Amino acid sequence: MIFKTLAKKDFKELVENLLNSTEVIAPKRVGTNTRGKAIHQYLPVKTFGEIDLGYETTEYSAKTYLLPYRENLSTYHFKEDDWSQEIQYRDISRVLLGLHACDINAILKLDKVLARDKYPSPYYIARRKNTLIIGIDHMPCEGAFCHSLGTDTVTHGYDLFLTELEDRYFVNICSDRGYELIQAHNPGEVTYQDTLAYNAARRKISEAFDTHIEAQNLPTLLDIEFDSKVWTKWGDKCLSCGSCAMVCPTCYCYGVTERVSMNFEEGAKIKTLHSCNLLDFALVAGGHNFRPTKQTRLKYRYYHQHRGFMESYEEMKCVGCNRCGRVCLAGINPVSVIRDLQMEERV
Amino acid sequence: MSVNLQHYNILQEHDIRQPVDFNQQSRLMNVDKVYKAEISSIVELTEMEKLFHIRILDPAERERFTFQPGQFVMLEVPGYGEVPISISSSPSNRGFIELCIRKAGIVTGVLHRAHRGARVGLRGPFGTYFPLEKMKGHDILLIAGGLGLAPLRAPIFCVAEDRPDYRNVHILYGTRSPDQLLFNYQYEQWSRIDGVNLHIIVEKPDESWKGEVGLITKLLDKVKVDPKKTFAIVCGPPVMFKFVCGQLGRMGVPMHRMFVSLERRMHCGMGKCCRCNIGSTYTCLDGPVFDYWSVLNLKEAI
Repeated sequence: MIFKTLAKKDFKELVENLLNSTEVIAPKRVGTNTRGKAIHQYLPVKTFGEIDLGYETTEYSAKTYLLPYRENLSTYHFKEDDWSQEIQYRDISRVLLGLHACDINAILKLDKVLARDKYPSPYYIARRKNTLIIGIDHMPCEGAFCHSLGTDTVTHGYDLFLTELEDRYFVNICSDRGYELIQAHNPGEVTYQDTLAYNAARRKISEAFDTHIEAQNLPTLLDIEFDSKVWTKWGDKCLSCGSCAMVCPTCYCYGVTERVSMNFEEGAKIKTLHSCNLLDFALVAGGHNFRPTKQTRLKYRYYHQHRGFMESYEEMKCVGCNRCGRVCLAGINPVSVIRDLQMEERV
Repeated sequence: MSVNLQHYNILQEHDIRQPVDFNQQSRLMNVDKVYKAEISSIVELTEMEKLFHIRILDPAERERFTFQPGQFVMLEVPGYGEVPISISSSPSNRGFIELCIRKAGIVTGVLHRAHRGARVGLRGPFGTYFPLEKMKGHDILLIAGGLGLAPLRAPIFCVAEDRPDYRNVHILYGTRSPDQLLFNYQYEQWSRIDGVNLHIIVEKPDESWKGEVGLITKLLDKVKVDPKKTFAIVCGPPVMFKFVCGQLGRMGVPMHRMFVSLERRMHCGMGKCCRCNIGSTYTCLDGPVFDYWSVLNLKEAI
């Protein structure tokens, strides 16, 4: 890992150079919620002025740029009694600017499933390798429990990672292309004063977290409490709408459907992100549903987040961003469910 | 009570006998490209089930396609969709594979309307398989309920082809009614093989039925095997596993020598779509074939 400092005016120039040459996705203010707080989303930007790096969080995660909600897996061309298959991978370069540590950690988790495990996904890898990621440190967002899961810091998976120090950024460089990019914009060597300021900034962030959960015992607890009434309590509230999975930065499950064009000349195999809370998630031919109730489906979601993924990858799938908690129409949030499960309120 | 610690012979593992390739650089594959195949023949089995012979068109691709009994393929009808189907034929048949398909949804519905020569897509094979190598030298119980005979037909072929490698073989098959019996034209052939016993039972007989009546567990009462030298494969609806495997357990067959094949919804076959997850286990990667001990440890598996 190489560290440099970068003056804010040089950073602006760096971003403007990127804006001139490639698509840049960055946090952009899109509105105000009922409590007067700004709403942000990761969206394509054209000018530096549109970017709001001081954002708290975004409603949707950045996963959509690596794992889109809808993706064409293949196109079929029909001709008489025969067909041919055409597969296209998206390999256009793109910059994801201003990602927080939780979103980069989420991408690292997606990498494990989609880029490293058995049958790596060429669709994902083509996008991932063509995406340059510039992350940034930030003060904790409301209700986020990433500190308890260790996902409030990130050590790889990005090209550049910025920590704001008054008029400059402390830059963590994690790739050769990141190094080349910053080299062209007059970076400074890290001084003792910079290190002191960086440590102070990190400490300030770390001490500001006010939401904590006990995560270590979750994998065992979820097995012990498999038949717990907690699942009925929260499951009864669940509307099975699947919003939690849509905003989740690590949810990757999907369904595949096929469509035929109106002139019958083309067919498309379309992958659409799904949610384990949706009714048809485990429905099989013949009508049997392995998870017919919303209680079992909600339980399964927590099971995968905090136990199942652990079994496969030695870490939890959840990054603690609390986007699912914020978006839930029924007021189900992971911190309350987990605390309930740990019987904090039942004793 | 003495502990029955089973001897584990690592050299019996399939992978360890493969040629060494330390240079395996990348596993990145064009996994969504289908093998183009044709329906080379269709055999009517019952009102609801047909047996499709599927032949991969490209000779080189056909040559590369090998599978183990118990594995499944993703069969695609472009424009309609893709479905996971377990392979019903012998692994030694390299010309085509046989897929027994019940008319149950959109894709299987169009397959049932398809004619010989229709072009379909094939990906796979996927998943775990029945450990026939380990089963050699043992009594074999092959137990199927309903459509469960489809995945069980592959190991039946294996046992018949390598007959001297196995001891006594019992095929137990049950359906709800006689008209649901699959592959009835093959029963005589199977039962005539030396040391192979075929037992069939139906739950609701019709006037012409002369065989056994009842549930599949009734057949198990009559089978005499040495439980310490027995392997069992059980395929069928989830409700069957508890009863049959429970009874096998009481007979003394160890759980790690009972194998079941589980069914789940699947959209990829490659451990990505999560639709087949049981707890954290992907049925497509860690299954569909599991030993019964693993199944008991999976929440909501059966």
